Amino acid sequence: MQITLLLPEIALSIMVLALFATSLGKFKAGTLNLTALALSAIALFAAVAGCCEHGVLFFDTYRVDTLSQIFKIITTLGLFLVISSSSGLRGIAENLKAEYYMFLTIGSFGLVSLASSVELLTILMSLEISAFSLYIIIPFRNPHHYRDHLEAAIKYFLFGTVATGLMLFGMSYLFGVTGTTYLAGMAKVLPKLLHTEPLAVVGMILLFCGFFYKLALFPLHFLAPDVYTGAANETTSFISTVPKATAIAVLVRLAHTAGAEVGQLTWVLAVFAVGSMTLGNLSALVQQDLKRLLAYSSIAHAGYVMLGVLSANELGLASVIYYIGGYLLMNLSCFYVIYQLAPAGENLTFDHLKGLYKRSPLLAFVLATGAFGMTGIPPTIGFTGKLLVFTAAIQKGFYALVILGVINAAISAFYYLKLVRASYSQADEPGESVVLSFPVKVLGVFFIAAIILTGVLPQSFIALAKEAVAGML
Amino acid sequence: MEKFLIANTLSYPILSMIMIVPVIGALITLLLKNDTVLKVWGLIVTVVTMVISFPLYSAFDSSTPKYQFTELRTWFPSLNLDYVVGVDGISVLLVLLTTFVMPLCILCSWNYIKVRMKEFIFVTLLMEAAMIGVFVSLNTVLFYIFWEGMLVPMYLLIAVWGGARRDYASIKFFLYTFVGSIFLLVAVIALYVTTGTFFIPALMEHSYSANYQMLVFLAFALSFAIKMPVYPLHTWLPAAHVEAPTAGSVILASILLKMGGYGFLRFCLPLAPNATMVCMPYMIAISLVSIIIGGYLALGQTDIKKLIAYSSVAHMGFVTLGIFLLSSTGVKGAMLQMINHGITTGALFICVGIIYERTHSREIKDNSALGMQMPIYVTFLAIFSLSSFGFPGTNSFVSEFMVLIAAFAKYPLVGAASIIGAIMAAAYMLRLLQKMIWSDSDGHAHHADHGDAHGAAHHLFDLNLREIGTLGFLMFFVFWVGFNPKPLLSMMDSSVDHLLQQVETGMQKGSLVNQVVPVKSVSR
Repeated sequence: MQITLLLPEIALSIMVLALFATSLGKFKAGTLNLTALALSAIALFAAVAGCCEHGVLFFDTYRVDTLSQIFKIITTLGLFLVISSSSGLRGIAENLKAEYYMFLTIGSFGLVSLASSVELLTILMSLEISAFSLYIIIPFRNPHHYRDHLEAAIKYFLFGTVATGLMLFGMSYLFGVTGTTYLAGMAKVLPKLLHTEPLAVVGMILLFCGFFYKLALFPLHFLAPDVYTGAANETTSFISTVPKATAIAVLVRLAHTAGAEVGQLTWVLAVFAVGSMTLGNLSALVQQDLKRLLAYSSIAHAGYVMLGVLSANELGLASVIYYIGGYLLMNLSCFYVIYQLAPAGENLTFDHLKGLYKRSPLLAFVLATGAFGMTGIPPTIGFTGKLLVFTAAIQKGFYALVILGVINAAISAFYYLKLVRASYSQADEPGESVVLSFPVKVLGVFFIAAIILTGVLPQSFIALAKEAVAGML
Repeated sequence: MEKFLIANTLSYPILSMIMIVPVIGALITLLLKNDTVLKVWGLIVTVVTMVISFPLYSAFDSSTPKYQFTELRTWFPSLNLDYVVGVDGISVLLVLLTTFVMPLCILCSWNYIKVRMKEFIFVTLLMEAAMIGVFVSLNTVLFYIFWEGMLVPMYLLIAVWGGARRDYASIKFFLYTFVGSIFLLVAVIALYVTTGTFFIPALMEHSYSANYQMLVFLAFALSFAIKMPVYPLHTWLPAAHVEAPTAGSVILASILLKMGGYGFLRFCLPLAPNATMVCMPYMIAISLVSIIIGGYLALGQTDIKKLIAYSSVAHMGFVTLGIFLLSSTGVKGAMLQMINHGITTGALFICVGIIYERTHSREIKDNSALGMQMPIYVTFLAIFSLSSFGFPGTNSFVSEFMVLIAAFAKYPLVGAASIIGAIMAAAYMLRLLQKMIWSDSDGHAHHADHGDAHGAAHHLFDLNLREIGTLGFLMFFVFWVGFNPKPLLSMMDSSVDHLLQQVETGMQKGSLVNQVVPVKSVSR
C-alpha cells in the first residue's frame, strides 16, 4: 500500500489528533484559530499534492481516482475557507471552540473518505462519520437564541437518521437484486435491471435520498431553512457547502453506475430537480433572514445541479463537478460577508446590509460578486457552470427542463439583486464602518478573483473534471 | 473559418486593445486617490481608447462584407469555443460610436458626480469594455458574456449615482433586460447543439427548419426588443433614464439602445430568414406603434429627461422599421439612424445634465426662459433639438428620410403612418424649445435655484469651456453626418448587401419558399 494514496486522509487525521490535544488544555481563541488554520492549510496542500494519485485500497472498497481527488481538494479547500473566513469563531461559546474545530475536521475526514468510497457499506460508514460530527456541532452556538439552535440540531439529527434509514433500505433492495455491494459489480448489471426490475428503480431512488438530504434537494429540503437559521454562521457556511459537494461526488458515481441512460430514474430526478429549483427560488423571494434566503437559494442550486446529473453524459457529469465547485466558492463568499458583519455571530437580515457599500466597499463588492455569480451573470463561474449544465441537458434533448431552469434563473435574479440592492442602497443613518484586518481583506479579494477567473478560464477545470468522469470505474 | 475573416492588417490587435485598455485603466483607478486625478485619469483612458480605435475608420476596407481586424485565439476547446472578434460594416460604426462617446461621459460627469468618484470611473471604464465587446464578438457565447456582463456596471451606475427613485429604476432595468436575455441563452445553446459551433458566421451558413427558425427568432427578438426598446416593452426606459446620472443616460441612449438594433441585424435576420419574413408585418406594425405612441407620450411629458426618453422610443421605432423593411435603403437608414440617435440624444441628455447641475430640476417649468441668461446653452439645445426631429441639414434628417423612402417604396401606407410620428417629433421638440428658451405662459421665468451659494437667485452661469467642448464635439458630427453622410453609408454598403443576400438565399433554401414573396431590393 502506497502511503501517498492516503495523503489527505492522513493529514486530516493528524489534524484531528492535534485538535483533540488542544481540547484537553486551555488555549486562547487566537491560538486555536491559528492552529486550525495552519493544519487545514496543510490538509489542503496534502490534497493538492495527492491530486494525481490512482489506486484501489482496502479490498477494492476505497478507490483513489481523479474524481475522488478533486472532491478531496474541494472539501479541504472548503474547510480551509470556512476556518479562515470565520476567524475567532464569534458565534461559538468560548469553552467549546477547540471541540468545534475538532468535530469540523472529523466531519471533513468523513466527507473526504466518502469521495473515495465505491462500496455501499463503505459509503454508509463515511457518510455517518461526517453526519454524526455535524449533528454534534449544530447546537454549538453562543447561548442567546437557545431554542432556535436546539430545534435546528434536533431537526438535523432526526431527519438525518430518517434519510439514512431510507438509504439503507434502498441499499438492501439493491443488494437483493444485484447480489453485490460493490458499485463496480452493480454497474455491470444495474443498467439492464433498471429497465426490467422495479425494485432496482425503487432501491436506487431510496439510495439517492440519503444524498438528497445532504444536498437539501426537494423533497428532502424542508429542514434546510430551519437548520441554516438555527445553526451558528460558521456552521451554516460549512454545512451548506462542503457536504453538498461531496454528496455530488457520490451522486456522480451512482449516476455513472446506473449507466449513461438513467432511464426510468430520469423522470423522478427531473421532477425533483424542477421542484427543487422552483420551490427554492419562490420561497427565497420572500425571505428576510439572509441565512434563510441562502438556504432556499441552495435548494434551488441543488435543482440546477441535478439537471447535470440526470443528463448523465460526460459533459453533464463534468459540468456538475465544475458547478458544485463554483457554488462552494460563491456561497462561501456570501457567508464570508455575513460573518464579517455579525460581530456577535447573530443572524442578519436585509436591514443589516443597508449602506454596506459605504461602511465597507470591499464586503459590498464581495457580496455583489457572489450574488451576481449565483444569478448566473457572466463573467463568473456561476454563468459558465449554468452554460455547461444547460448545454449538457440540451444535448440530451431536455429542452423543457432547460427552459424551466432559465425561468428559474430569472426568478432568482430578483432576490440575489435584493442582496446587492440592500448593500448599495442609502442607509438612513450612515452606520459604523466595518474594519477588516489585512488577512480578511486578502480573503475577500481572493473570493472575487476566484469567482471571476474560474469563470473566464474554465478550460483546465473542465478538462480535469472530464478526465475524472472518464476515469471513473 | 478563413473564408469569413480577414486577418488584422494593423501592427497591433486593435479590437482587443480597445477592450483591454479600459479594463487596465479601471484596475489602475483602484490605486488612485484624489478625485481630480481620477477624473483626469478616466478622461485619459477613454481618449486613448478613442485614439487607438481610429484606424477602424481609416483602415476599414468597405469593399468586402467579411469581418476585418479579426483575432482568433483558442479559449475553451472542450466546447469548441474560441475567442474570436472582428468587425464588419454593421458593427464598425457602433464600435466607433462607443469609443467616441465615452470620453464625453467622463466630461459630462465632471461636476455632476460628487460621491464615490473612484468607483464611478471604475464602473464606467468596465462598461466601455463590455459595450465594445458586444459589438465585436463573433461568437455567441462571447456575445452573451458581454451582453449580460454589461448589466452589472449599468445597474451600479443607476443604483449608486442615480436620482431619488434609483432603487426602483435600477431593479426594473436589470430584471427587464435579464429576463429578456435568458431565452437568448437557450437559443445560443440550442444552436450549438444543432450545429456544433458558437461561431456566428458559421451559424449563418446553416439552414434550419422553419419551426426551429421561428423559435430562434423569437428567443433572440425578445431580448433585442426589450433592449431597443419597442412598445410595449419600453417601460423600463423612462424610469432608468430619469434616475440615471447624466453619464448613465448618455450611455443608455447612445449605445445600449443600439444593441437591440445591432442584434436584429447580426442574429435574427441572417440566422432565421424565413422567420424574419413571417414576422416582418408584425415587426413593422410594432415599429409603427412605437413611433406613434412614443411620440404621443413624449408630447405630454413635463420632465425633460422623460420627454427625451419617450422620444427615444419613437426614434428606435424608425430603426426597427428600417430593418424590417428588408431593403438596402431601409437597413442602411436604420443603421445610420442608430448612429444619429446616439449622437443627438446623447447630446440632449448632456444638455439636460448641464441644466440640472445649475437649477437642480428637470421639470420644464423650472427651466424656462433661459434664452436671456444662457445664450450659448440654448444655441446648442436648439441645434440638437432640430437634429432630433430630423431638420434638413442635420444628421437625423438623412437617416429618417432614408427609412421613409424605403417605407414609401414598399408600403406607402406604412410610410404615411410614420410621417405622423415625424410630425409629432417636431411638435414635442419645438414645444420643449419654446418653453425652455423663451418663457412660460405667464411671461415669467421660474428657476428652482433658490439660495444657490454662488449667484443671485435668477442668474445662471452659461456654459464653461469644458461643456462647450463636449457639446461642440457632438455638434460637429451632427453637421458632418447631416451634410456628408456618404463616407459612413459607403462603409455599410457591402455588409448590408451581403446581409440582404443572406436573407434572400436563406429564404430560398428554406421550406417556406413558396409562401413568401422574395425581397425586392430598392435601388440606392
